[in-house]
Amino acid sequence: MKQNRFWAWVVFLAGAAYFIVPLVATFEFSLRMRRGYYSFDSYASVFSDPNFQTTFGYSVVIGILAIIVGIVVVVPAVYFVRLRMPWLRPVMEFITLLPLIIPAIILVYGYIRLYNSSSIIPFTGSALGTDILLVFAYVTLALPYTYRAVDTGMRTIDVQTLTEAAQIAGANTVQIITAIILPNILVAVLSGAFLTFAIVIGEFTIASLLNRPAFGPYLQNIGANRAYEPAALAIISFIITWGAMGMINVLGHFAPRTSARTD
Amino acid sequence: MAFLDVSNLTKSYGANTVVKGVSFAFDKGEFISLLGPSGCGKTTILRMIAGFETPSSGTIMVDGQDITGLKPNQRKLGMVFQAYALFPNLNVGDNIGFGLKISGVPAEERRARVADMLKLIGLPGFEKRYPYEMSGGQQQRVALARAIAPRPRMLLLDEPLSALDAKIRVSLREEIRAIQRELGITTVFVTHDQEEALSISDRIVVMNAGNIEQLGAPHDIYNMPRTRFVATFVGQLNNLDATVVDPAAQTVSLDGQVITVPNLPASSTAGAAIVLTVRPEVLSIGQRQGNELALHGTVEDVTFLGSVIRIRVALGRNVVSLDTFNDQRAAPPQRGAPIEITLAGKDLLVLAN
Ligand SMILES: Nc1ncnc2c1ncn2[C@@H]1O[C@H](COP(=O)(O)OP(=O)(O)OP(=O)(O)O)[C@@H](O)[C@H]1O
Ligand SMILES: [Mg+2]
Repeated sequence: MKQNRFWAWVVFLAGAAYFIVPLVATFEFSLRMRRGYYSFDSYASVFSDPNFQTTFGYSVVIGILAIIVGIVVVVPAVYFVRLRMPWLRPVMEFITLLPLIIPAIILVYGYIRLYNSSSIIPFTGSALGTDILLVFAYVTLALPYTYRAVDTGMRTIDVQTLTEAAQIAGANTVQIITAIILPNILVAVLSGAFLTFAIVIGEFTIASLLNRPAFGPYLQNIGANRAYEPAALAIISFIITWGAMGMINVLGHFAPRTSARTD
Repeated sequence: MAFLDVSNLTKSYGANTVVKGVSFAFDKGEFISLLGPSGCGKTTILRMIAGFETPSSGTIMVDGQDITGLKPNQRKLGMVFQAYALFPNLNVGDNIGFGLKISGVPAEERRARVADMLKLIGLPGFEKRYPYEMSGGQQQRVALARAIAPRPRMLLLDEPLSALDAKIRVSLREEIRAIQRELGITTVFVTHDQEEALSISDRIVVMNAGNIEQLGAPHDIYNMPRTRFVATFVGQLNNLDATVVDPAAQTVSLDGQVITVPNLPASSTAGAAIVLTVRPEVLSIGQRQGNELALHGTVEDVTFLGSVIRIRVALGRNVVSLDTFNDQRAAPPQRGAPIEITLAGKDLLVLAN
């Protein structure tokens, strides 16, 4: 028993060190911009860089749009598959896993071929078109996570009976999804949203190859040309990502209680 | 003109026909039960009336309107489900007001209607509660209020009481009946519990394997079952093997005891084997006014059921059950004791198979 616990701790500490040591080292390095003593100069330099502000703002907007489009696409899709076409579920599972298997670079080359300025649908022909393409690319990248989050959320409610109860009361499909289904899986949807956000904010490949002024390429550019700022940016990205993850946890406590009492 | 008119309703799943050309018509304000064993198609019929299943053929008319092709949300019906199905994200007030909100009733009017409904179901002031904060019985009351709040043309209930325990089941069914009477709302109630159906219905549709076996008022169904299925499914029943002695005199032999059976069909032939049925409660111990037939046997078993004592009497090969009220001043019969039971000949039924 005691022996067991000892080794459990050793494994845990080794694992923790694997993540924490580089983090602490990076943080320590980011504080050494001013010679001789620790300061937050590198952070000040990052925040005052107008490129940081514009690229970060751009990625936040793209991230929010990707979240909205993702919800509008995924929630009704999962709902209808559960309600009317349950035999389609294995197919959905497979399709939504594809973005994990197919590298982003293949996706983006496919996009450039299909939607280039001399194609029938020239998305890449304008900045706005490329932005739209980027949003859809991110929806695709986040699909494995959003689909699973929403699907798990819907498993906790009796979709069919709730739908029928709302239908007989006069509600149409849009009213059922917005007033009944969505609120009951809100926590699942939001955890999908934060995962989407975490993916979008640091994504490099697609943003760079579509040549959009996103935060990912900015990070890469700074990383290649500066000494201390990249460390500060790594810490900032880390905080943003983990903040998003933490939000998922916090939201779990606000989940509506769905378990029906039968006493 | 009937308020609810179902004609030739059929439903098949592939090669499996589960509702086989069912027709019935009911008047406004009637409380109708669909009664039958598991799998006989009760739920399927109710779901076709609600619009959740599309009939393979046949029509459903409500108040003169053919609703067969309408979507559920266009039918103006209310429904209560077995699994409560309250919206977990909405409080009681919003659950009850859901249909009103969908149809655009202003908030002020909605609030008043919700308060009225809560008073009606005996849960005044419960507006702000959430479904998970209530017992099953309370949730099902709220589900009832939610179904009737928008003043639907008809109320549909699919075994609404089966998830509740016995005591609440009885009190809630009486409450449902009282509310139904007060509102005068035409109601279709699905159940496989014959006691439930007998106690609250104006009329009962007894179903078996997708067909209607008998349709009638509870006392007709119980006292004059038209088929063996109805007789055995509704209430307790004794089946007695007998032999026709003389069709003209309407006499039969029951384990050697010859009795007169007024209901014996004139077409029977002497020596033919027949089955007589009789309800336990029409049999008496000893002589009783109006019971002209007597049978002799021995007490085989005595079961104490509280206010009622059920006695099994062996008449030879046949064994009959009979019920007598518990008499605190008299000891119940002893096992093995000889006993005389009497009955009125008209209560002996000869059933068609
Ligand atoms: N979607 C379906 N696909 C195939 N068969 C079905 C479907 N729904 C119902 N059935 C079949 O139809 C028959 C009648 O079902 P139904 O639910 O109407 O029975 P019920 O009388 O309500 O029984 P219970 O008392 O058990 O609820 C059953 O044999 C059932 O297996
Ligand atoms: Mg059923």
